Formats: sequence, structure tokens, C-alpha cells
Amino acid sequence: MKRFIGFIKKEFYHIFRDRRSLFILFGMPIAQIMLFGFAITNEINNIDIAVLDHSKDATTEEIIHKISASKYFSINQFINKESDIESVFKKGKVKAVLNFEKDFSKNLIKNHKANLQIITDATDPNTANTISNYVNAILIQYQKELNKNISIPYQIVPQTRMVYNPELKSVYMFVPGVMTIILMLVSAMMTSISITKEKELGTMEILLVSPIKPIQVIVGKVFPYIFLSVINAVVIVLLSIFIFKMPVQGSLFLLGLESILFIISALALGILISTISATQQTAMMISLMGLMLPVILLSGFIFPISSMPLPLQVISNIIPAKWFIIIIKGIMLKGVGLQYIWKETFILLGMTIFFIALSVKKYKIRLE
Amino acid sequence: MNNNNVIEVQNLTKMFGDFTAVNAISFEVEKGEIFGFLGANGAGKTTAMKMLIGISNPTSGKANVAGLDVYKQAEDIKKNIGYMSQKFALYDDLTVKENITFFGGIYGLSRKRIKEKSATLIEELGLESVAKKLVGSLPLGWKQKLSFSVSLLHDPKIVFLDEPTGGVDPITRRQFWELIYKAAHQGTTVFVTTHYMDEAEYCDRVSIMVNGKIEALDTPKKLKQQFNVTNMNDVFLKLARG
Repeated sequence: MKRFIGFIKKEFYHIFRDRRSLFILFGMPIAQIMLFGFAITNEINNIDIAVLDHSKDATTEEIIHKISASKYFSINQFINKESDIESVFKKGKVKAVLNFEKDFSKNLIKNHKANLQIITDATDPNTANTISNYVNAILIQYQKELNKNISIPYQIVPQTRMVYNPELKSVYMFVPGVMTIILMLVSAMMTSISITKEKELGTMEILLVSPIKPIQVIVGKVFPYIFLSVINAVVIVLLSIFIFKMPVQGSLFLLGLESILFIISALALGILISTISATQQTAMMISLMGLMLPVILLSGFIFPISSMPLPLQVISNIIPAKWFIIIIKGIMLKGVGLQYIWKETFILLGMTIFFIALSVKKYKIRLE
Repeated sequence: MNNNNVIEVQNLTKMFGDFTAVNAISFEVEKGEIFGFLGANGAGKTTAMKMLIGISNPTSGKANVAGLDVYKQAEDIKKNIGYMSQKFALYDDLTVKENITFFGGIYGLSRKRIKEKSATLIEELGLESVAKKLVGSLPLGWKQKLSFSVSLLHDPKIVFLDEPTGGVDPITRRQFWELIYKAAHQGTTVFVTTHYMDEAEYCDRVSIMVNGKIEALDTPKKLKQQFNVTNMNDVFLKLARG
């Protein structure tokens, strides 16, 4: 036991004396959560648009006023001729142009129909889509006001309610994802690097010749990272509660246990990576390519799994992060208990045991 | 069986697939002896040594180290030996003192013992001024001397040195050998691999490995007589060329 404590102490010296690892450990989680929370967002706000108003009458003015009054759009400029449309798009100043036809008001009263063209910059398809939907919604609202006194014989009135995230804040979606990435990064990449570092320096050989047991070496090497990962998870949850006002609906205790389970599975992966790589660089590349990319792309963190092609959907099942994201989304956003996520927990547990068994086996072979 | 032998090896063999890295070698090393284990790169020195220090299982043959069997008592052997590899192997980002404390700790020395040991060691090596500096900032020669002393921290019966003087200047090598003599004088058996032939002259006895086999084993003086040459370099060349 005394040997073990000395070993862990040494491990902390390594971590705290290496600026690079300190940055990954403590700078990265905060930087990532801030980036995802503030900068990277799916919401659209204050999108610049241009207006080409051929009629300039009371109705168009009213519509323009309604649009600029919404928080989604701000009118960047008024243009006067069709040929300007392309040039404002090319300058990149606006994302959309509203083109009111000539005699808009007159047509509306006389023919009960007037045309408004919405032209959007679809280099970013999602934004373009959202812009056109939002403009449409504002127009429908305006039409309703015009038709106040007329009743339409058949009406379907959709009543939409967004549950679990009523304000549609994208940070709700990012916090569980970022937490998964950080835990994966700290646990798997940092451990695999720190174990291969000892191999590279030749100190691993010295340790193996000493009376300290291989299993003690490995546990001693991963233990500090369990500790630091837990601290990271706590920091992320605190940031999301206090800075992004995203409450944790479910049990914090359950969240903690599930996080520890995920951390252990990531550590086992880290050990596995260290058994197959001879240098720190290799360990880092394998961790980034083999773990980080799948976590970001295939875990359902950013891209919904249900809209992936079937082969990718199948592959996503073997990624532990996928199950962990389902679990923590459930606990953090929906406030579910173990009875709703036992299946995912069970899968994650199974994977963890499998990885541990595999890395122990691989590690023994290496010793030979 | 001679009770004075601390290493006894009989027909020790290691195969990797079809390749025989170590081919039925046999030798004994006496207590307090400086035993030179020579051979060209790839002759099988390191593989043979790894079997003796318990990190590689022999394919066949017998070996006893410090009176313990390498098959069954590898863990006990580890407590009785010290090891210094050809790669410099202390932690660069730990101070001199922290390194000593750490390695003393993993060999199970008490805190008090570590304190005494580290004080004498630092004094003997003249490292007082740098005791609290990171090992990474020391010159290579100092690091190697420190590394050797650390491998002796737990007073092992035998110390295994795998090409300990690679890459250092002749003066430092000379000083390093003085440390080896001192350890041997105090009763520690020294098992050293090297490919510097002048160093072979400092050994009590040397064995020369060629292609996995021990081709010669005797005192440097007798080997030179046997091959009718004036220095160990020529002994080695004659053997290696077959």
C-alpha cells in the first residue's frame, strides 16, 4: 500500500509539472464548454437580411416592421434593383433577401393575393432552411391578424410544446456531449500517453524488474486520471448549472455513478491503446482517430443517429459514448431514474468488462 | 554446486518462433565478482539478461539467481537484484531527491531508511547542490552515476547493468567504473553487458556471446593468452569472425 501511494504521488508530479497535460486536463474542459455553450449554436439570432421593396406601401412597411422587430432578423440594408441581390449575397453581408413585388398592397386587396419572394443564401443549408421557416411563420401570423374577422370553416390548430428543453437552448444538447468528449479524452488519451511515455523512456522496464507488481503499476498509473476525470465531470456540471442555467433534473448520485462507469471503460481503452503503441505519438494518434472522431461523429452528440445510413447506425452501437450520452441526457434533461436507463447502463457495463479483460490479456502478452 | 555462486545457469535457451536467440548457455557467477557479458549487437546478451531478471520466461534450461529459481521465484528474485538499463531510466521531471524517494519506495524501504540512504548517496556523488533540481537538467554522466546508485538503493545481492556507459565520455566512464569497483568491493555481484572492449579488461571474468552461444568464458588475462593476442579487442574480433 505504501508503495502504491508513493507511485500515485509520482504520477501527480508528472501531471502537474507538464504544462501540456495540465492544459488538456483543466483548460480544455472549460474552453470546450464555453465554446459550445456560447459560440457554437444552432439557434439563429440577429440574422442580417436585405429588403428589395418594389411597392413601398403601407402593407410592405408593416411586414418589414414585424420582421425587423423579431429577435431573429435585423434589416441590414434596403436595395433598389434586382441586380443588387446577387452582389449583396456575394459580399456576404446578408443571409437572405426579401423581394416584395410591385403594387403589393393593391394586389392583396384587389386579387386577394400578393407575392413576396424569399431568397436565402444556402451555402449553409440549415440556416437557410431556418430563415425561410421563420419568415413564413411571421407572415402566417400577420395573415391571421388581417383575417381576424373572417372564420375559416375547417381549422387544424397545432399546439406545439417542446418538452425537456422548452427554450430550445443548444447548450442542453452540448453539455452531455462535451462531458462525454472530455471524459474520453482525459481518461483514454492521457492514460495511454502516460503509460507509453514510461515505455519510451525505459522506466517501464525498471518498474517491471522491481518488486512492484504489473497490476499495481497500471492501477497506479490510471488512478490519478480517475480522480481528475471525476473533478472534470463535476466542473462541467457546475458550469452548466451556474453559467448556462441548465438544471440537472435527475439524481446527481446516479449521474456520478454512471460517469465513473464510463470513465473506467475509457481508462480500459486507454490501457488497451498503450499496449499496442510503442511511442507517445502513436498513442495520441490512435486515441484521436480511433476514439475522438467516433465519439464526435457517431455517438449522436452532434448528428442524430436515426438519420445516418444503416451501416453507420450499426457501427454506432459499439461506441461506448453513444450509450453514455443516452444515459446522461436522460438523467440531466429528463430526470429519469435507473429504471429507464438500465439497458444502456448494462450495455456500458458489459463493454467496460470486455475492455478490461482484453487489456489485461494484451498486457500479459506484452510482458512475455 | 558451489555455495558461493550467486548465478547458476545451465543450458538456458530462448526461442522466438523458429529463431533461437539464446542457445543453451551455461555459466556461473561468484559472489562479489564483476562478470562481463560481452557480445556483438544481436548476439543475445539482452535476451539472456532479461531471463535472469525475471521479465522474460526461458524456453528451456535451468537458471538460479541469488539462490532462487527463475521459473518459480521470479518475484522473489526481483527483491534481490538491482537493474540499470542502457536507456537512461530515471524520471526527468522529478528532482534527484524525489527519484531516490520514489525508487526506494517501490523497493519497500522504510521512510527512515530512504532518508538515510538518500543523504549518503547525495553526499557520495557530490550532488548536494542539485538535490532539489529536476534530474532532466543534469548532465548525462551525472544522471548515469545517479541511476547506478539508485539501482543499489535496496542493497541488492546482484546488480545487472545493461550497457551502462553508452554515450558518455571516457572520464565519466572511468568514474563510473570506480563506482562499480566500490560496489563489488562491498560484496555486491556485478553483472555487466558492454561492447567497449577496454571495459572488458576491468572485469574479473568475461563471457563472449556469438550468435546466441557463449564461445569463450574466462579471465581477460587467460583469454588473451588463449587467443594469443595482447588485448580484448582482438580476442573479440577473432571470435566474432569465427
